[in-house]
Amino acid sequence: MNDLNPMGTMPAAHDTLPLAISVRGLAKRYGDVTALDGIDLDVPRGMIFGILGPNGAGKTTLIRLLATLARPDSGSATVMGHDVVSDPQAVRGAIALTGQFASLDEDLTGRENLVMLARLWGFSGSLAKARADELLAAFELSDAARKQVKSYSGGMRRRLDIAASLIVTPGVLFLDEPTTGLDPKARQGVWKMIRALAQSGVTILLTTQYLEEADQLAARIAVIDRGRKIAEGTSRELKSAIGSGFLHVALADNGRLDEAEAILERTLGATVQRSAEGAQLSVVAGSTRAANEALAALISAGIELSDFSMGSPSLDEVFLALTGQPMEEETGGEAS
Amino acid sequence: MSSLENGPAMLSNLARPPRPSAISNALTFGWRAVLKFKHVPEQLFDLIMTPLMFTLLFTFVFGGALAGSTSDYLQFFLPGILVQTVVFNSVYSGMGLSTDLSKGLFERFRSLPIWSLSPFAGLMVGDVLRHTIAGLIILTVGLVLGYRPEAGIAGVVASFVLLIAIGFGVGWIFIVLGLLIRTPMTVMTIGFTFIFPLVFASNIMVRPETMPGWLEAFVVRNPVSHMTTALRGLMSGTATGGEVVLALVAPALLTIVLSPLVLWLYRRS
Repeated sequence: MNDLNPMGTMPAAHDTLPLAISVRGLAKRYGDVTALDGIDLDVPRGMIFGILGPNGAGKTTLIRLLATLARPDSGSATVMGHDVVSDPQAVRGAIALTGQFASLDEDLTGRENLVMLARLWGFSGSLAKARADELLAAFELSDAARKQVKSYSGGMRRRLDIAASLIVTPGVLFLDEPTTGLDPKARQGVWKMIRALAQSGVTILLTTQYLEEADQLAARIAVIDRGRKIAEGTSRELKSAIGSGFLHVALADNGRLDEAEAILERTLGATVQRSAEGAQLSVVAGSTRAANEALAALISAGIELSDFSMGSPSLDEVFLALTGQPMEEETGGEAS
Repeated sequence: MSSLENGPAMLSNLARPPRPSAISNALTFGWRAVLKFKHVPEQLFDLIMTPLMFTLLFTFVFGGALAGSTSDYLQFFLPGILVQTVVFNSVYSGMGLSTDLSKGLFERFRSLPIWSLSPFAGLMVGDVLRHTIAGLIILTVGLVLGYRPEAGIAGVVASFVLLIAIGFGVGWIFIVLGLLIRTPMTVMTIGFTFIFPLVFASNIMVRPETMPGWLEAFVVRNPVSHMTTALRGLMSGTATGGEVVLALVAPALLTIVLSPLVLWLYRRS
């Protein structure tokens, strides 16, 4: 495991408060399947921390253990200073969980769902309604407040689901794949929400299989694969650990992508990767001179570039380098 | 999306309320059960259609042959159909539980700092409502057709208390199935596989004396027969304490055996 940024380099302000999440050697088996195989994790307060990994890597199991939905087989974990095994009720009071699938009562209206949860948190009738209406307004659901959730779109459900996690301000908000299945516009909306929450001081632990999402949102990222943490650091640290000799090229005319790809492969002798949207080509260049020659070859073939840069690999490439396997992409996956 | 970028608007300005009592949690889940009736009124149709059909079919088609006259048969059959209604309708809380689990709603409930059994209290509120509403509708139809409970209001009230106790006991079977099975329809199918023979091989529809000896031996020991006998007694004012106790044996046993199992299933992960 590469711990690229040891805890000692954290800003001094965080030293005075206990960590939002501290995990040591956490392991969980389901029958013959080892879902988590000894994970260590430290998440300071107020940070967006990303857990990146393919399907089945153990992301959801980690969140279930931290949210006290399952008990670890070994290892320990504290959330906001409370032990998940010995004091689960205190942990539950300090967290909120938005699972992978909208956990709402489909038969009830959006407002009734929120009022029910507000009552469960202890708000009296009128305060519960007031808090529900406040959240509905903040999440732009006021118009649909009195409609049954079964009539909501995917984006509306997700917004209501996140609103349901903010009845009281949680110390830690767990978001398990918050944008899986959302269209690009709804995804942008959820990203904005998550950033705004983090700015208000809520610690957010989010899992994702979208590299772009981790890159966009998370201050630190732990990459997990088959129940183990294989790397941790900032997005930039993860990228620099792999090497930085990547040439990124964007074309003025995307109709000539195939042609450009062939030229780059021929001149640099390496496999060219397309970005998820297909608008950018990336290839290991080795040296700036080799990169210059490749660019010259493109220009002499009459291919006009809209942008080019020498820089870091994408997280896709990071994952490939760390695990020797490409990230699993789900259908309807990356969107920018 | 301007307000979505406004974090503080999403977060509460209200002080965190003190942790609510277990009763408050249970009442909230009960309120949810009531809302379900408001939003899914169709479920009432499911609740009463089968017993209504049975009442009409058996009274008018078989009643004359079975008891000499339709009115005599109705007098015999109506308490039995109430037992059958409650036993069959106990499936709904198990199906609801299965739905909640499959939708991930229980994950959210379990991540909240609430009394961990309060969601089950909500199921029970729903059950009591279902049994009371369905029972009252069937009884009303019976009264219109000529059924007369000799013990009057007191007998009817006592009968409904017994019915709710029966529903409470039988409900555990479906709650266990609901916790084990993630498809609500399968909960119903598997549950009915056990419930059907018990309901039909009982004294609800015909007197056991008319049956072959081996079947009669089963029927007189069938807990559903004990329930029906006690209910007939309560409605007509002839019930003995022993009959009522016998009727409650099965619900009590189911509660004693299955409630710890439900707890264990709910908490295991």
